[in-house]
Amino acid sequence: MKLDTCDLAAYATMRADDVLILGQRLSAWCGHGPVLEQDIALTNIALDLIGQARAYYQLAAHGSSDGQTEDTLAYLRDAHEFKNHLLVELPNGHWGDTLMRQFLFDTYNFYLLEALTKSSAPELSGLAAKAIKEVSYHAQYSAEWVIRLGDGTEESHSRMQSALDILWPYTDELFEDTSLDVAVHALQVGPLPSALRADWLAKVSEVLQMATLTVPSLDGYHQRGGLHGKHTEHLGILLAEMQFLPRAYPTAQW
Amino acid sequence: MVINATDKKVWDSLARVMDPEIPVVSIVDLGMVRWIRSLEGGGHCVGLSPTYTGCPATEHIARLVKEQLLADLCGPVAVEFVVSPPWTTDWITATGRQQLSDFGIAPPVGSVSDKRVLFGAVKEVPCPRCGNIHTRRVSAFGSTPCKAHYTCLSCLEPFDYFKCL
Repeated sequence: MKLDTCDLAAYATMRADDVLILGQRLSAWCGHGPVLEQDIALTNIALDLIGQARAYYQLAAHGSSDGQTEDTLAYLRDAHEFKNHLLVELPNGHWGDTLMRQFLFDTYNFYLLEALTKSSAPELSGLAAKAIKEVSYHAQYSAEWVIRLGDGTEESHSRMQSALDILWPYTDELFEDTSLDVAVHALQVGPLPSALRADWLAKVSEVLQMATLTVPSLDGYHQRGGLHGKHTEHLGILLAEMQFLPRAYPTAQW
Repeated sequence: MVINATDKKVWDSLARVMDPEIPVVSIVDLGMVRWIRSLEGGGHCVGLSPTYTGCPATEHIARLVKEQLLADLCGPVAVEFVVSPPWTTDWITATGRQQLSDFGIAPPVGSVSDKRVLFGAVKEVPCPRCGNIHTRRVSAFGSTPCKAHYTCLSCLEPFDYFKCL
């Protein structure tokens, strides 16, 4: 059995959507960081993520029969066509909210990329081997901040616990196996997301414990829908800003 | 590796292409040039490894490579990006490391084949100005994707550190 080119394109697009949307979210911190160094840190991470998104979109557009390019994929799709997890489209909130979301996502992204380095599709394994080096650095940075603020003052501790409690219901979706994941996994192209949960939970729990934060229960209501194009209202607003220029001036060139 | 006379000319030409952000180090010494191939019907194709996936300088460097080769040699020039295996700071040559240091940027410490380095466990970065190892990391990220920001506790000068990748 061979993976359909359409499936590989859809899979690469799904991976790209997460990092593009999170990169766009983080770039909004540009000029608003608490101090210059941290402003630079988030914009550097944004740059890495958008770079990774480009690589995935290029892979998706390669051999496209309907004339898709990395730009049309990023700029000319509507919210329901994006397959990112809900977690990455949530508003930035305060510094602690942003870093908590980053920590939860970076840790997931690290284990996802680790699995993708073993992909039977050489384009994906090559991309993952490159991206995981950047993401290791991100994961280390966001974990350091979660520990510093969680195990900080009474005020920072309570804000981090509340950030965690609000974001937690969005983490279950990271480990949802869609039909595309199942198809891709059958050909050793990508992992089953559900198989990444144990490693993610162990790492996240270890860091949260160091941060003196309480790990919320896995039971309870979980938010889902992003992988099927059902998004929060926040994504539309993000896209309206991100896509304005290429939609208003379709022939614009640098 | 046997390098024939034509290839040597191409390598020499590429050694004149400097990194736009670190204008004292060539892309050859940064380990970005992976191979040179002859194109059918004349000309050359250069395999370039991008340093960071999102580095905005990557496309600029590809343009510089084409301009330099067109100026130094005749024939068509093509550039191909090589993602796999991924670029690593281990590919920076000894000359490149010395040039970084002379420019005031501390070269990467250790090799990424040591996993602890990749996760930031080993970090004794000597100051490129006074050589003292009593330095402090100010910021994990710096002015470009490849650098972090340090300060020397001995001579008190701030400096960039080329991150291990």
